[in-house]
Amino acid sequence: MSAPDTAAPDAQEGPLAVHEAPHRLGPLEQIPVGEGRAFGVDGQQIAVFRVRSGSVYALSAVCPHRGGPLADGQLDERQVLCPLHLNGFELATGCSTTGESPLTAYRVEVDGTGDVLLYLHGAVRG
Amino acid sequence: MTALQDRPLTATEDGPVRSRLVVIGNGMAGARTVEEILARGGAEQFSVTMFGDEPYGNYNRIMLSHVLSGEETDEDIYLNTLDWYADNDISLHAGHRVVRVDRFAKIVTAVHTATGDVAEAGYDKLIIATGSSSFMPRMDGLTRPDGSLTDGVFAFRTIDDTRGMIAYAEHDHHHRAVVIGGGLLGLEAARGLQRFGLSVDVVHAGAHLMNAQLGAAGADILRAGVERLGIGVHLSARTTGILGDGRVTGVALQDREALPCDMVVIAAGIRPNVELAVTSGFTVERAIVVDDFMRTVDDPDVYAVGECVQHRGQVYGLVAPLWEQAGVLADQITGADVTAAYHGSRTATKLKVAGMEVAAMGLQEPERDTDEQVLFAEPKRGVYKSLIIRDDKLVGATVLGDTSKVAFLMQAFDQGLPLPQERLSMLFELGAPSAEVGAAELDPQAQVCNCNGVSKAQLCSAVESGCTSVQGVMDRTRAGKGCGSCKLMVKQIVEWAAGDRVQEDPSVHWYVPGIPMDKPALMRAIREQGLRSVSAVFAALAPDGQEDARSKMGLGSLLKMMWNDEYVDERDARFINDRVHANIQRDGTFSVVPQMKGGVTSPAQLRRIADVAEKWQVPMVKLTGGQRIDLLGVRKEDLPAVWADLEMPSGYAYGKSFRTVKTCVGQEFCRFGVGDSTNLGIALESRFQGLESPAKIKMAVSGCPRNCAESYVKDVGIVAIDGGRWEIYVGGAAGAHIRKGDLLATVDDPETAERLTGRFMQYYREHAKWLERTYAFVPRVGLDHLKAVIVEDSLGIGADLDTRMQSSIDAYRDPWHEAHRPATPGQFRTGLPLQVLPQVPIR
Ligand code: SRM
Ligand SMILES: Cc1cc2nc3c(=O)[nH]c(=O)nc-3n(C[C@H](O)[C@H](O)[C@H](O)COP(=O)(O)OP(=O)(O)OC[C@H]3O[C@@H](n4cnc5c(N)ncnc54)[C@H](O)[C@@H]3O)c2cc1C
Ligand code: SF4
Ligand code: FES
Repeated sequence: MSAPDTAAPDAQEGPLAVHEAPHRLGPLEQIPVGEGRAFGVDGQQIAVFRVRSGSVYALSAVCPHRGGPLADGQLDERQVLCPLHLNGFELATGCSTTGESPLTAYRVEVDGTGDVLLYLHGAVRG
Repeated sequence: MTALQDRPLTATEDGPVRSRLVVIGNGMAGARTVEEILARGGAEQFSVTMFGDEPYGNYNRIMLSHVLSGEETDEDIYLNTLDWYADNDISLHAGHRVVRVDRFAKIVTAVHTATGDVAEAGYDKLIIATGSSSFMPRMDGLTRPDGSLTDGVFAFRTIDDTRGMIAYAEHDHHHRAVVIGGGLLGLEAARGLQRFGLSVDVVHAGAHLMNAQLGAAGADILRAGVERLGIGVHLSARTTGILGDGRVTGVALQDREALPCDMVVIAAGIRPNVELAVTSGFTVERAIVVDDFMRTVDDPDVYAVGECVQHRGQVYGLVAPLWEQAGVLADQITGADVTAAYHGSRTATKLKVAGMEVAAMGLQEPERDTDEQVLFAEPKRGVYKSLIIRDDKLVGATVLGDTSKVAFLMQAFDQGLPLPQERLSMLFELGAPSAEVGAAELDPQAQVCNCNGVSKAQLCSAVESGCTSVQGVMDRTRAGKGCGSCKLMVKQIVEWAAGDRVQEDPSVHWYVPGIPMDKPALMRAIREQGLRSVSAVFAALAPDGQEDARSKMGLGSLLKMMWNDEYVDERDARFINDRVHANIQRDGTFSVVPQMKGGVTSPAQLRRIADVAEKWQVPMVKLTGGQRIDLLGVRKEDLPAVWADLEMPSGYAYGKSFRTVKTCVGQEFCRFGVGDSTNLGIALESRFQGLESPAKIKMAVSGCPRNCAESYVKDVGIVAIDGGRWEIYVGGAAGAHIRKGDLLATVDDPETAERLTGRFMQYYREHAKWLERTYAFVPRVGLDHLKAVIVEDSLGIGADLDTRMQSSIDAYRDPWHEAHRPATPGQFRTGLPLQVLPQVPIR
């Protein structure tokens, strides 16, 4: 199964769509430091990762290799490894470090209340 | 007329719109293809309808010979019962023969073979898997005026044919049978019929038996064997007619006397079932022509698979090629792997013909002057071996009687493996190619990594493009990253291809890739600087303090081993299996293997496992190769509840850790037992449960040298010998590598065996490389060294090893207690929230 193609028309433009209302995924505490958790957002499966230095990233949750659950993968500051066959994907861009097809990387931020906000159409790369 | 399934695209309750897949032919290829499609999540894409003109579910046609010979009953050979179709939401129209495919309206029309009812189904994708039928040579008296076979004449293709033959053969007044055709099927039929007390003759038009597979010399030996069984063989004999009036009384032969008989079985070859394809306008030569994607050349929405297809000019009559075809078809039709392609199969057959082992592949005889033939014949024992070698590659082999070397020969034939110079060893002793011959001679197309499908040529081109270290080539091509059994071969090829450009990759000595230190240096630094967590190790020892995901698991395991209770356990350092204490499966579900010490269980335990399996609808309950029970396909969310209901400790089937101890019944029950193997096994498993180590550790204890627990091939294997003593073997393996363990010591009592086992384990835990199993570790450090350190305590560290092992044992906690208090938020939250799980087949 391949990751859903979610690139919005304005995704390529660089500066992210300004008008898009983000999806509120709830408190950052749901995601332990150094791990990922998956969310169903508007019918799409998104994995959100919280690296040890504090940054938060979001990628499509299904590995393009053979459908592995990326939220269950191991990560460092740069990449996540799929738990099934250990293919790697850059957290910031979704590009594979092992030659697989890329994942969609989504814009994600933590707001003042500590909630995680996801911009489904503000794909960083798709 | 009933219109079945003639609705357009179907939408399931919550799922996406599914397209309609129709399969014609419910035999081995058709049903297998559907299984492969389902395994790729096809149930979400397709609503499946199957037509089969046999009124049953799919059965194992190969087994019909066994049904005839009485080794199997016809009940036992079903591969897919009617329930299977229902469970998988497949509409099966058994007993319906498809008579027309309207390619333009995309509708198939079928007729019920008994009632004549007509049914139709529309399709978006169609698969033709109509198989073959028995070839019926033209001869007088074969059929009745209505076209059906004369009473007493049988084909040998279907379960109904077989049942008919058995009923007829059992009849008191039937004493003689003639089988027409001396190929595999004919000989099987002849042997089977003998069981009913019939005297059997085989009439074969060819000059020797099994001429499709065997050369004349081999066939002569086979013939002698067949005759020894009491079967008459008539070669170069052409049947001209069936004698008798309404009932068989004999067969007439050209230029020979007629053979009297009461029944005739025709096994004169097969013909692909192509009439439907011909009348529906598909390209048919010898069979339905398909491309490398198993698509008909006429219509991209119509695929064909099995004996009814012709691929690159070849038509196959054995199942192995069909399996490959089914996989490719499924990859293509589901889009799971659109690069999948079928390139044809080199058929190597290994068969039991009339009770004799026969293997045949490739050429039967030398063809060119330069072809080399290695030949051994021992007609009296019915042994014959002939190998045809060209340019140092095996291009053909015929083996009769003793097939012990056949596995190697098939591999050598299939993959173009280099052959041992000592040709004799290919016939008689364990003939794996020696490492040195390896790289240079290997065929460029030979697949080196069987997990990731990497050929020698791909490895070489990675080297050409500038990767000159073994690690670099492995990263680039993914070779060696599956089971790892090909790593040595990959290394040799890279070294050969790179020649003096080869770079020794310093990282091969590092314990984990992210920290440039070997194990002793790393352990020293950790101890000196008091680094108790994985993040502390990165901060202190990694270049720029950079974390590395690929190093976390190895470091976590090492720190736990070194610090025990003082280890600061950061959950993100753990691999998913160790975070949720279960083994992740291909669809993101998990397997649960409770501890069952020494493979010994109780009715109460079994009952509890059964209850849990039912309550949680576990898709498969399986006995493992490690003597315990695996509950497969458990949802991540359900894990805590499953453990709580089981009330059994974890069996650690998921970790790089101590796993299990296999035992045999031993002294308590077995009449040969000379030691209490079960109790020692249970003691070992209780003592070492769950301990982390550089790689898995598996043990076994056998009650006598018959070695029923396979102790010689375990990381630690213990064997009771006469006189109350115990042998301890270490470094054995029978997984990706086979190695007989080395005898470390023979001791007088189980307590000493337990102590030395612990000492060996601790030494291994402290000195082995990450992921280095004992089968590599023991030869690397040397048996003599191990004996000295562990048994004779030459370094004086024995007591320390024992103490450190004891601290680890004391620090052990059963991880399944986390059922009651999760270690992290969302520890058991699904990784694929919208996925319908589980996808593994339900049994
Ligand atoms: C369940 C079981 C197969 C079965 O149905 O019987 C099994 C299942 C797996 N084996 Fe095994 N092995 C199982 C017995 C064996 C055995 C036989 C034995 O233990 O007596 C061997 C040969 C002995 C050995 O360990 O060498 C075996 C040699 C392997 C290997 C090859 C290791 C090697 O270096 O030679 C791997 C791959 C690896 O470890 O990297 C492996 C890996 C695996 C993994 C864990 C693959 C993975 O990482 O997901 C499989 C998990 C399937 C799953 O989804 O749960 N399994 N595996 C057996 C569990 C035994 C148990 O109760 O603990
Ligand atoms: C007795 C026996 C022993 C064998 N032993 C071996 C062995 O040891 N090793 C080995 O590799 N192979 C063996 N084979 C061969 C093996 O069984 C076949 O290669 C395999 O069954 C072929 O699969 P298939 O699906 O292509 O054809 P089949 O299994 O024949 O399936 C085709 C199905 O399609 C049905 N069908 C045909 N036309 C239509 C239609 N128009 N509409 C609806 N349904 C239709 C047929 O009735 C049949 O059920 C043996 C075969 C026999 C008969
Ligand atoms: S269980 Fe073992 S042998 Fe079977 S597929 Fe998995 S790893 Fe391979
Ligand atoms: S499924 Fe992700 S690496 Fe294979």
